[in-house]
Amino acid sequence: MVYQYKNNGYNMVLDVESGSVHVVDDLSYDVVGLYGTHTLKEIQKELSGYDAGEIEEVYEEIRRLESEGALFTRDEYEDYITEFKRRPTVVKALCLHIAHDCNLACRYCFAEEGEYHGDRSMMSLEVGKQALNFLVENSGSRRNLEVDFFGGEPLMNFEVVKQLVAYGRSLEEKHNKKFRFTLTTNGVLLDDDVMEFANREMANVVLSIDGRKEVHDKMRPTRNGKGSYDLIIDKFKKFAEMRNGKSYYVRGTFTHDNLDFSKDVLHLADEGFDQISVEPVVGPEEERYTIKEADLPKIMEEYDLLAKEIIRREKEGKGFTFFHFMIDLTGGPCVAKRLSGCGSGTEYLAVTPWGDLYPCHQFVGEDEFCVGNVFDGVTRRDIVSEFKKTSVYSKEDCRECFARFYCSGGCSANSHKLNGTINGTYEVGCKLERKRVECALMIKAALADQSEE
Amino acid sequence: MKHIKTLTNKTLQNTVKKGGCGECQTSCQSACKTSCTVGNQSCEHSK
Repeated sequence: MVYQYKNNGYNMVLDVESGSVHVVDDLSYDVVGLYGTHTLKEIQKELSGYDAGEIEEVYEEIRRLESEGALFTRDEYEDYITEFKRRPTVVKALCLHIAHDCNLACRYCFAEEGEYHGDRSMMSLEVGKQALNFLVENSGSRRNLEVDFFGGEPLMNFEVVKQLVAYGRSLEEKHNKKFRFTLTTNGVLLDDDVMEFANREMANVVLSIDGRKEVHDKMRPTRNGKGSYDLIIDKFKKFAEMRNGKSYYVRGTFTHDNLDFSKDVLHLADEGFDQISVEPVVGPEEERYTIKEADLPKIMEEYDLLAKEIIRREKEGKGFTFFHFMIDLTGGPCVAKRLSGCGSGTEYLAVTPWGDLYPCHQFVGEDEFCVGNVFDGVTRRDIVSEFKKTSVYSKEDCRECFARFYCSGGCSANSHKLNGTINGTYEVGCKLERKRVECALMIKAALADQSEE
Repeated sequence: MKHIKTLTNKTLQNTVKKGGCGECQTSCQSACKTSCTVGNQSCEHSK
């Protein structure tokens, strides 16, 4: 499949199955659109405004790329992925819901102020240890194991976090495993002790902040209704500085109420953060903050604005990473990873404070998705099997989508929430993902231009 | 080539033979918890 688009003065041509990305002139852009369904003569007739000799030149260049397997290649991965998905899977990543409680009351929270449709609860050390044992026992020969301390707000149960990290480290050598711990926090309880500990032990920290103070405070109030921006901003700045090259993200959510979210991203960059993620909210259709179809043109404009600004800042030596525009054209994931889905329900499970296992953090609280618990292991193989079957080839909408190699078929939880099935897509999310991929590739083209200058 | 500049060339097909080890990061363990961002993870082999 060949996908072509124009963005910011660049004519982009993607050969989707090979992963090749080409930047072409106007003539080539038009010829690519006709190649394969028209002969050279027909193309010359169709594009009579161009010089026939030039068209032939372009035609030959395309033919050469086709013969090299870099243009007009076919999708030959379906059998490979179907076979790949049949392999026995192991569990390699856990999202530990260390606290089902929160000191904020964010309006868009899918966890309903940390409680996930249930009661407030903290994970005990015993349950946490058993979760790590479960992970080690079920991880087969995988060496890298990932554990995210999530909530609610995990720092409300920080003592258990510390003890679990120590316990995890004690298992590493004996079992030939390497734990990668990560922490997602709203920052309210962040102090020097936590920062020092996290810098020592956490491979990545995700710091929740939405951007401009007024935007953040509106959606992320404390339990008594006051904004939380002033409580966290200085701590996050200090923490980001202390990371000193280690991975971190300031991560925000944008909603229908701040469609001009590029300003929030740039606000965070101007505050000195250089690893930034700001994502569209996913919520029930009836909520006013949810992104609506009618919001899309504005959001697309914002992504374009942001992409141009990122290029400008990069050229000035003031660049920053925007998570959703990150694409590694040469060292990215393999085809198996790209096409087989995010791993929810198979490689990746979420653990509730009392040890129940769910396909991912977003399914927690939906009883029919509980697949077992850390003491008895996975008992609902039927549910796991449904998740195992999902891939870009099981979703009709993905087959014709150029972005399937980047999003891997999208989020099962989003599909479940909006379509009632894990095997569907979420149209608004898909349109945004396609736009982000387009911007990300254009940025690569622009920066390649710069390095040639 | 005069008209077409290639930014990256058929990197995906090369990964069929050696790919699928599963050691790389799960996407929801990075900065996202609400959208699927598999394409921007990095390969453990290329580190």
